[in-house]
Amino acid sequence: MSTRAQPAATPPPPEAETEQAGPDRAALSAGARQERRLGWLLCAPAVVVMIAVTAYPIGYAVYLSLQRYDLRFPGQAKFVGLSNYGSVLSSPFWWDAFWVTLFITAVSVTIELVLGMGLALVMHRTIFWRGVVRTSVLIPYGIVTVVAAFSWQYAWTPELGYLAALLPSGEAPLTEQWPALWLIILAEVWKTTPFMALLLLAGLALVPEETLKAAMVDGATAWQRFTKVMLPLMKPAILVALLFRTLDAFRIFDNIYILTAGAQGTGSLSILGYDNLFTSLNLGIGSAISVLIFICVGIIAFAFVKLFGTAAPGAEVKR
Amino acid sequence: MLAACGSDEGSGRPTLNWYNFPDDSGALQKAADRCSQASGGRYRISYNKLPRAADGQRQQLVRRLAAEDDSLDILGLDVTWAAEFAEARWIREWTGPAKRKAVEGTLRVPLQTSTWKGKLYAVPYNTNTQLLWYRKDLVPTPPRTWAEMLDMAGALARQGKPHFVEIQGAQYEGLTVWFNTLINSAGGSILNASATEPSLGPPAVRAAGIMRDLAKSPAADPSLSNQMEDQNRLAMESGTAAFELNYPFVYPSMKANNPELFKNFRWAPYPRVDANRPARPTIGGIDLAVSAYSRHPDLAFEAALCLRNRENQLTAALEGGLPPTLRALYDEPAFMKEYPFSAQVLAALESASVRPITPVYQNVSIAVSHTLSPPSAIKPESSVNTIREQIDDALRSEGVIP
Repeated sequence: MSTRAQPAATPPPPEAETEQAGPDRAALSAGARQERRLGWLLCAPAVVVMIAVTAYPIGYAVYLSLQRYDLRFPGQAKFVGLSNYGSVLSSPFWWDAFWVTLFITAVSVTIELVLGMGLALVMHRTIFWRGVVRTSVLIPYGIVTVVAAFSWQYAWTPELGYLAALLPSGEAPLTEQWPALWLIILAEVWKTTPFMALLLLAGLALVPEETLKAAMVDGATAWQRFTKVMLPLMKPAILVALLFRTLDAFRIFDNIYILTAGAQGTGSLSILGYDNLFTSLNLGIGSAISVLIFICVGIIAFAFVKLFGTAAPGAEVKR
Repeated sequence: MLAACGSDEGSGRPTLNWYNFPDDSGALQKAADRCSQASGGRYRISYNKLPRAADGQRQQLVRRLAAEDDSLDILGLDVTWAAEFAEARWIREWTGPAKRKAVEGTLRVPLQTSTWKGKLYAVPYNTNTQLLWYRKDLVPTPPRTWAEMLDMAGALARQGKPHFVEIQGAQYEGLTVWFNTLINSAGGSILNASATEPSLGPPAVRAAGIMRDLAKSPAADPSLSNQMEDQNRLAMESGTAAFELNYPFVYPSMKANNPELFKNFRWAPYPRVDANRPARPTIGGIDLAVSAYSRHPDLAFEAALCLRNRENQLTAALEGGLPPTLRALYDEPAFMKEYPFSAQVLAALESASVRPITPVYQNVSIAVSHTLSPPSAIKPESSVNTIREQIDDALRSEGVIP
């Protein structure tokens, strides 16, 4: 019953090996058919495992979300159709959490993209200490989120923390909505910028040195080289990085859980789902929230892949 | 971190796992050791500490009970959980001789918290209630009502003296407790007697009105909307306040932290809403229950009774500062010496109120604290209507909680 939806990365169907709708299937030679069957057999164990660990829990959550099922009233469980979804979508708490989540996602991913790009360029151009630079940049990403969140929490607590000491006395930023939201975003950005930088660094490798040199010879300024040559060539990598981070940021839970526990209007959708499942023990409403989060994540992934032309992970990158 | 589950089952001596709040005084461990000894080798009690925050305690218990974990035997439940655990069939009913012993000599109001649908599901372990604490140098005679207290605070403010009224105004359980005390003191209650629907009504509007009046008066601490018990204690100790509504733990703390102020630190009964009706402060505390999945239920009942017997409750009161649930202990000289306000605590307990006894208490409490936070933004009529709607939803398991 995890509130974490799975990233909606479906492997492309095996027929779509390439875009060319080559010879039709009947014309496949016996050998090719054998190969295909072997391919399926080799995949089967992985497919079975995926169904067991992802499809089953998701299906079970959907099933629970159609019931009135409250752990405190085990005798009263019954099928109620979509009424849990009605309760959730008509609740102001869902919409408050939805806008908070969207705000955190949009702001933190934007900041991460800018910072990550800067870091990627630095790492790409570093000549000395390359390994050391790359490793040290990655440290925040390597620290367990909850542990880092605790240290942020203590740092911002008056009379305990070194960061709270920098503020006028009596200020408790984590107890007010806007300061707390910005501190949550700060914690997210600090943690995941390195991940963004790493993905973008891989993208930078796609930019051939010759093209840049040619642009220089043609008199392009550094800014023009960056916007007119680098960015277009890096587009696939940037979109994949944005997709991964957006999906992750939308399900933000741990930082908020530790920093504010969702008080003062800082709760995300995942926090709302957690509270309804684990505090109010309402499996019906809680599962409906989880399924709705899953649908939101699906919509985000769909938008990236279909509208912005992000290469679906595993598909051929067309260049 | 599972405790040694039945590590000495082999030797024929079962281990009973007691899960309770983390106690730093050593009183609970002492009780567990004493009872293990007293059992003459028939069982051993292992005291396991739950998380510090009440929500964390409940979550761990609920998670494990929902999974039918048989390594839990005796559970220390917050007084607001017994109905919920009983309805979910996670704890056993007390019957026969065990029930007789549990009820014998126990205060009436704490017993209400462990009773659900007329049956007993737990035995009161300790209890707690708030008193009014005030500074004698600023307040020669303590106020009898809320109105008097706000007037006195206003007068002190005009003289430029410390004048705050310290109370729990943060958005959490403490805010619900404050509202519950006021509504009961005004002659009403949050739910009806059978806990099937909200009661509220005019007493609720009066209670919400008092909370808003305090929040908007000079008596309000600037950080009222973020204050919990401990922030109240610290504010009183720092000398900015004249009044404090809080549990007795503030007394030894004041003695240790500010001996100068301690000379003028006094206590009085909780202020009334109506001059002619006693205040009904809300009780807190812990009830001991036996898990439905325990492998040794009979021993667990016996052990739970031992853990809260006279000797162990006295130790918990003297070392851990936990007011006992056995009436006789309030006449015990050792306790009266340690607890100079024991007579007032006892009087408060006799007229005390309980929080709504219902399996959906969590949702009821969240509805109350969420709607009444911050207290300065309360609009008595409409706030009470909002609480009514949310409680209606909660009773039907239809509402989303924030």
